[in-house]
Amino acid sequence: MKRYTIDPITRLEGHGKIEIFCNDAGDVDNVYFQVPELRGFEKFCEGRPVEELSQIVTKICGVCPGCHHMASGKAADAVFGVEPPPTARKLRELFYMAHFIHSHIAHFYALAAPDFVVGPTADPAERNVLGVINKVGVEIGTEVLTQRRIAQEIQALLGGHQTHVVMNLPGGVRKGLSEADRKKIEEHAKGFVEFGKFSLKIFNDVVLQNKEYVDIIVNGPYSLKIHSMGLVDDNNKVNFYEGKVRVVDPEGKEHCKYSPNEYRDFVEERVEPWSYLKFPYLKKIGWKGFVEGKDSGVYHATPLSRLNAADGMATPLAQEEYEKMYETLGGKPVHATLAMHWARLVELLYSAERCLELATDPEITGTELRAKLDKTPKEGIGIVEAQRGTLTHHYWTDERGLVTKVNIIVGTTNNNAPICMSLKKAAQGLIKKGVTVDQGILNMVEMAFRAYDPCFSCATHSLPGQMPMIVNFRDLEGNITRTVRRDS
Amino acid sequence: MAKEEKPKIKLAVYWGAACGGCCVSVLDVHEKLFDVVAAADLVFWPIALDIKYKDVEAMPDGHIDVTLFNGAVRNSENEHLAKLLRQKTKVLVAYGSCAHMGGIPGLANFTTKDELFKRIYDETESTVNPDKIRPQPEHEVPEGKLKLPEFYNDVRTLDQVVDVDYYLPGCPPQTERLVEVFMAIVSGAELPPKGSVVGALDKAQCDECKRKKSDNKLIKKFYRPWEIQDDGETCFLEQGVICMGPATRGGCGVRCIEGNAPCRGCYGPPPDVPDPGAKMMSAIATMIDADDEEEIAKIVAQIDDPAGTFYRFSLPGSMLRRKLT
Amino acid sequence: MSFEPTIVSFLCNWCSYTGADLAGTSRIKYASNVRIIRVMCSGRIEPTFVIKAFTEGADGVLICGCHPGDCHYHEGNYKCLRRYHLLQKYIQQLGIEKDRLRLEWISASEGKQFAELIDDMTETVRGLGPSKVKEVMTTYT
Ligand code: SF4
Ligand code: SF4
Ligand code: SF4
Ligand code: FES
Repeated sequence: MKRYTIDPITRLEGHGKIEIFCNDAGDVDNVYFQVPELRGFEKFCEGRPVEELSQIVTKICGVCPGCHHMASGKAADAVFGVEPPPTARKLRELFYMAHFIHSHIAHFYALAAPDFVVGPTADPAERNVLGVINKVGVEIGTEVLTQRRIAQEIQALLGGHQTHVVMNLPGGVRKGLSEADRKKIEEHAKGFVEFGKFSLKIFNDVVLQNKEYVDIIVNGPYSLKIHSMGLVDDNNKVNFYEGKVRVVDPEGKEHCKYSPNEYRDFVEERVEPWSYLKFPYLKKIGWKGFVEGKDSGVYHATPLSRLNAADGMATPLAQEEYEKMYETLGGKPVHATLAMHWARLVELLYSAERCLELATDPEITGTELRAKLDKTPKEGIGIVEAQRGTLTHHYWTDERGLVTKVNIIVGTTNNNAPICMSLKKAAQGLIKKGVTVDQGILNMVEMAFRAYDPCFSCATHSLPGQMPMIVNFRDLEGNITRTVRRDS
Repeated sequence: MAKEEKPKIKLAVYWGAACGGCCVSVLDVHEKLFDVVAAADLVFWPIALDIKYKDVEAMPDGHIDVTLFNGAVRNSENEHLAKLLRQKTKVLVAYGSCAHMGGIPGLANFTTKDELFKRIYDETESTVNPDKIRPQPEHEVPEGKLKLPEFYNDVRTLDQVVDVDYYLPGCPPQTERLVEVFMAIVSGAELPPKGSVVGALDKAQCDECKRKKSDNKLIKKFYRPWEIQDDGETCFLEQGVICMGPATRGGCGVRCIEGNAPCRGCYGPPPDVPDPGAKMMSAIATMIDADDEEEIAKIVAQIDDPAGTFYRFSLPGSMLRRKLT
Repeated sequence: MSFEPTIVSFLCNWCSYTGADLAGTSRIKYASNVRIIRVMCSGRIEPTFVIKAFTEGADGVLICGCHPGDCHYHEGNYKCLRRYHLLQKYIQQLGIEKDRLRLEWISASEGKQFAELIDDMTETVRGLGPSKVKEVMTTYT
């Protein structure tokens, strides 16, 4: 029996380890994806004042702190039994769009792109964000870094602290938006929309124009037929900030749709002795093991699952891209793990469009920022859609608002079982008798998890050295304002 | 005149019990990334690079010039990597509040490993675990033995595990500060004495803060941030809202206060202050506007969770570094 | 053998220390468990002093100052009182029993009261058993 260990897994946020066991014939018997860490926020938040939690829980994840901040802020609103005034609600969502933009850019370009731009089996010393910049050229590289910086700056403007945001108070936000700053954000939002289109164009030129890639996405060892979860608005359109959680089965039929307060009727978690991370599953079906299909409680909560679970996007350009994606991949739902990457870019465009909508909303510069708190604090649940999945925060407090109990189901945790299963499938597809298992093969196994943690990873082939990299930036009237090209 | 090529420095960035925010703060150099890579070779950085533990183990001792270690030491893997990187690194920097003082994960020192496991794996309302299964350091599966790092009872700071050369505080450190320190290192400037806090000011946060303050701060009542309508201008403490400014080192650009939130002390105590919470207790005692014992007791009772507030980022690194059990 | 607690006591120079001195010169018997540290005023006692006493192995910490209104520096004992209340809240959150820390006013003439106070606190702390602070803070688990 041969055993391969990948430790640590890289190009993601957090720690992880993969153990691959092969039988004597050289085929893969089993794969374990282990999360070797735990920090225990659920326990040590006890005793803290509930309004402090929105700042403490951001430290669960420094890549998506804004998601925890929002889920926590909403849970704290609920603890006090209030709804923030419209301006506060919209400011939060505006912040949240900038957060999605920064995060999706970082993941696509810094974590994921190395696999398909530099190549999955390239020298590991090159297979990183710097390698990407080497390939695409400094001008495009700079553009990417600039857009991400602007998204970060908007977050700092609205949220105080550019990483660990301090925006929310129970019932509202701490700071309003001036007309001058609103104008700035509006300008930036227009840039984001262009950049969203630009990123989809890169994706189109590099991946979709290449038959082999499309083939790998659709037919490669990276597919998993499981349930899909995502937050939707009243029209069943994708929403990140609020709505109901909808789950569809592997055939696309609605399994359930629940309000945040009902989460405990629909989701449960189990413990395995070989990982510190728990394994959520759909309660109505129950845990049937690491198996695919309609009768298994395993679900994923990712950009792709969100698109699967919804009926469309709430903004026009994103809706077009949504339709195009499903058309190309043969209809809904899609189970190709690597399509998560495409879905992520559709979401990037949605975030940009929504950011622009909010930045031009007359209410956004309102001055009523906080609701009055006159009820005794007690218990509250907050749900948002984090970049990596549906995020649930549930708090209980005493009558002074000091936290007595906390339950959190983190975005990535939803995907624990699917990641284990995707890794096994990828390993089984890639490691076979007669195959030399080198770092390239092992990286291709890693690509299966990276897709969940935003990453596009294109199986067995590296890209050609030269890419058709000329991208035109257009203003709203369609005039070319700027051209960015790959410098060789 | 031909420019002389300076040899590049070898830089590593690693996380222990961390949130990733410190690594993101490195990424937040944005366009300056090009300057950084012109001056440094990144030799280990799991968030962005495919370099594995075995690659680090294969490096000769002292191979890495500078390691930015972020995150606290929470388990045996964190400890092992801290020791390994110490051995491979010339200048080891405790980067960010978690490595510096224990940070937010350090709040777990208010509880124990057993209590924490019980809550997470048994009691949480969505968990179903009738057999009381716990993650095990070693576990036999049909295919072989799986190992997990051992989870410790205590959260430790980096310097409670290995010798640390410098501290760069913040949760996460302000990126501009990082760039300044980094550029100083690559320029070959003389480094401050070992053990120094770098990338922060020698003054307290209040010196930097633009909020209006009077000389005579007297407080009759303390408020939680949601209990008052902050006027956006007056010092939080003067409004009766606990702000860690007096017991915190400046340098972050008063980030939270710019967002109308009081400081929570992530930059750690100012120079010559051994314990941030003790300093805060002194500062507050001076401001309470009462001499009568009963009244004092009543005012102090309004301060909820003093230990969790005064030591929000620094419990493991403080004089009383954990709760007795 | 019964447990003999160590009690670190901070006494202000002007009243409390003189009071303790009086207990000595009047040959009033009291428990020998107390280690006296003289400070100029109770207002000089920083929270770090108290915390340090515990981490160095004190089983109890006693702070004494002049009666309200009598502080040589006018306000020192009020400041001390406010710190004491904060410290009490703090140490209890860290699991240190509240009876291990005590603040009392002792005037220069209260030698007898001082002796009784020491006896009383010694008994209380003896009842609580040895403090675990030093051991816990120096052993990582
Ligand atoms: S110091 Fe703050 S940003 Fe850095 S790892 Fe710790 S929690 Fe995250
Ligand atoms: S206490 Fe806080 S608000 Fe007041 S001056 Fe200091 S830092 Fe500013
Ligand atoms: S204001 Fe305080 S808590 Fe906020 S970043 Fe600065 S030092 Fe840290
Ligand atoms: S001099 Fe005795 S308390 Fe101040």
